[in-house]
Amino acid sequence: MDGKQEKPSENRINAGKKVFSVFRLTAAVVLAIAGLAFLQALVMPKYMSGDTEGGMVREYYASDLDHDVLFIGDCEVYANIATPVLWEKYGIGSYIRGSAGQTLWQSYYLLKDALRYEKPKTLVLSVLALKYDEPQKEAYNRMAIDGMRFSSDKIEAARASMMKDEQMPEYIFPLLRYHDRITQLTGEDLTYLLYRPTLTYNGYYMVTDVKPVTVAPEEEPLTESEFGEKACEYLDKIRNLCENEGIELVLYKAPSLYPYWHEEWEKQVKDYAKKYQLRYYNLLEAEIGLDYSTDTYDAGMHFNVYGAEKIADYIGGRLQDECGLKSRRGEQRLEKYWGELVEKYRRQKED
Amino acid sequence: MLFTSYEFLIFLFITTVAYYLWKGPRQWLVLLFAGIWFYGRQNPAYLFFLGGTILTVYAGTRGMERLDGRRKRRPLLLAVTGVNLFVLWLLKYTDLLFDGLMIPLGISFYTFQALSYLIDVYRGTEKAEKNIGKVALFAGFFPQLIQGPISRYSDLSKTLFEEHRFSWNEVSLGLQRILWGYFKKLVIADRILAAVQTLLLQPETYRGIYVLAGMVFYAIELYADFTGGIDIVIGIAQILGIRVKENFIRPYFSKSVKEYWTRWHISMGTWFRDYVFYPVSVSKPLLKISKWARKNLGNAIGKRVPVYLSALIVWSATGIWHGRGWNFLAWGIGNCLIILISGELEPLYRRFHKRYPVKDHWLFRTFQILRTIFLMSCLRLFDCYGTVRRTFVMFASIFTDFLPEHFSAGTFLKLGLDLWDYGILMAGVALMITVSLMGRTGSVREKIRKQNGAVRFLIWYGLLIVVLLFGCYGQGYEAVQFIYRRY
Repeated sequence: MDGKQEKPSENRINAGKKVFSVFRLTAAVVLAIAGLAFLQALVMPKYMSGDTEGGMVREYYASDLDHDVLFIGDCEVYANIATPVLWEKYGIGSYIRGSAGQTLWQSYYLLKDALRYEKPKTLVLSVLALKYDEPQKEAYNRMAIDGMRFSSDKIEAARASMMKDEQMPEYIFPLLRYHDRITQLTGEDLTYLLYRPTLTYNGYYMVTDVKPVTVAPEEEPLTESEFGEKACEYLDKIRNLCENEGIELVLYKAPSLYPYWHEEWEKQVKDYAKKYQLRYYNLLEAEIGLDYSTDTYDAGMHFNVYGAEKIADYIGGRLQDECGLKSRRGEQRLEKYWGELVEKYRRQKED
Repeated sequence: MLFTSYEFLIFLFITTVAYYLWKGPRQWLVLLFAGIWFYGRQNPAYLFFLGGTILTVYAGTRGMERLDGRRKRRPLLLAVTGVNLFVLWLLKYTDLLFDGLMIPLGISFYTFQALSYLIDVYRGTEKAEKNIGKVALFAGFFPQLIQGPISRYSDLSKTLFEEHRFSWNEVSLGLQRILWGYFKKLVIADRILAAVQTLLLQPETYRGIYVLAGMVFYAIELYADFTGGIDIVIGIAQILGIRVKENFIRPYFSKSVKEYWTRWHISMGTWFRDYVFYPVSVSKPLLKISKWARKNLGNAIGKRVPVYLSALIVWSATGIWHGRGWNFLAWGIGNCLIILISGELEPLYRRFHKRYPVKDHWLFRTFQILRTIFLMSCLRLFDCYGTVRRTFVMFASIFTDFLPEHFSAGTFLKLGLDLWDYGILMAGVALMITVSLMGRTGSVREKIRKQNGAVRFLIWYGLLIVVLLFGCYGQGYEAVQFIYRRY
């Protein structure tokens, strides 16, 4: 009788022990993962000073608004096109997905990544990156890829970008890459551990300094006049993706004097645009009203805010006239968002 | 594929999963295929040499089994041993064969391991294995292929070919051992490497006190590197349910060089003892010399002659095993001389201890330990400086170029290590010493296992974090092979 009474209670105790064990194990796993996630966040570069371009890619996810135009490329887009002007003047909502030295394969995967969240009407692609057929620097790779949300596109972007001594696990778990920063942490790493404010205006990185062009750049001899195979492959991929998604692709060359834009390159881009009936905006040949003594901040390679506004104004006009982009002024959510952004933009410009 | 590479961790994970999914008596085949893949990934050409050793040893042992008595087996033993040692000599000690081709990793380890099995079969202490796959797995068990330990067939085969069921206990113990190995290798050995290389590769610049510093740094690096590697090997084997014998028993706590060699790289020491020292000691020429010496030089000296000669032969062979060059031979002979002289001084020691009973005082024991570390570090200079002459010159510079300004602030910050590095190293070495001390009274992992869950979690998770954060790996660090893989 006693034995019969004890068995259910023993079972209950055993079941209780099992539940406790499972709970303990779950708690340990959760704690372990949380600890690693915390350390990863701690050691990853914050890019709030110095190489601030490294933080641009992740800023894209800060807003859930859609955009009429996506600009994709390197500094030829993020430093040279003032997105607030596109909104203010043309009612065009745009975003620049750019980072330093961004290659075409990175642009392709950033486009694919963006298409998970929105479908723009027009894609403006910087063609300067056609000159790169190989990854340039590990630092550039990290700046373009670390900020991407985890997805198959991020993995593919890393796979396409990795240099010889880079390894995929370090892109999947950046703690493995940045672990040695633990001895180099600064106050910035703690300040921006949990929250990092955006530094750009929908991808546009404002610089107000002025450094005029004093010497006209001389053409350097080309070792290889043809664009590389890999760059061309990804240009095709971007074009195909745009076609499939019903996005108009516009090729774009900034009016920057450096790096030198060669005739041979110009011809290839023109031929490509002609072959696939794409619009090609070579702003080196356009009448924008740029003043190279006041509109650049590094003697002709990048434009300051005054130059970027002129470029945005010019592109906005053409996009509206040629690509049929209509003003979206009056849409409440957009007005609110852009209103605040433009105000912040004006304040920084005045400061 | 380095043990410290991401690729290896993925390979190990896949191998372990496949191993436990493949149930049955042929489970060991997974390890055989894994070994082939692992070794072939280093360089497919290596498989040719490993395969040659396996084939000749297998054929030799099978042939021996059909013959009765050592006398009949001896030609086969000599032929197979000769072929393998000849190949080892060609690849490792000359540039005659495949000039420019890298020496197959761990060739000394797998050759010696295979030969130990051959000799055991010759002696009749081991039966010849009929399945060539098992012989291949014994010689090519992937965790110990690169840097040993040199296992015996009688030890390894007990668990190598058995079917193993997944045991969380064994797997977690194995993982803990691996983690400890990574700590030693990545946090300590590979961090101190920068200073070791700076000091040793520029002997003209770094003389005097730097030679002493190099001795200390290299002692730390070598210990952390080699024992860390062996921890990883034993841990991997334990995950797979296989027992690999310990290769180190707190060697830096040895009170004499002789004791040191019973605690450092034990599998190599016992290999030379069992397969070189004993056979040489009782060989006909040695017995003849012994007889002659007793007759002509007296009993006291006569009985020493064969022992000394055998010891000299064994230590010379040990030196040569480590590499070509007179420096390695000098290293071996140096070890031999210290051990023999120490043996000769035994009566003196005894008299000293009779008069001054300090033998068991902790201070005297510490002195003995430090003396052993110093002597071993001095001998390692032969390895560090590459030539016998340079070794003596550099050692002499400790006394001739001893400059007080070397102690000035910042001197040691020019060796490729910053204050953080020194801090991490000091903490790491302190932890290694603590664990070694704890290990005197039993397995540290077992002690930790007796703690409650929260403490266990904190210890192992803490160690993982330390390895992840302070380990020298990944971008910016050059992946460094284990030092002993070159032997």
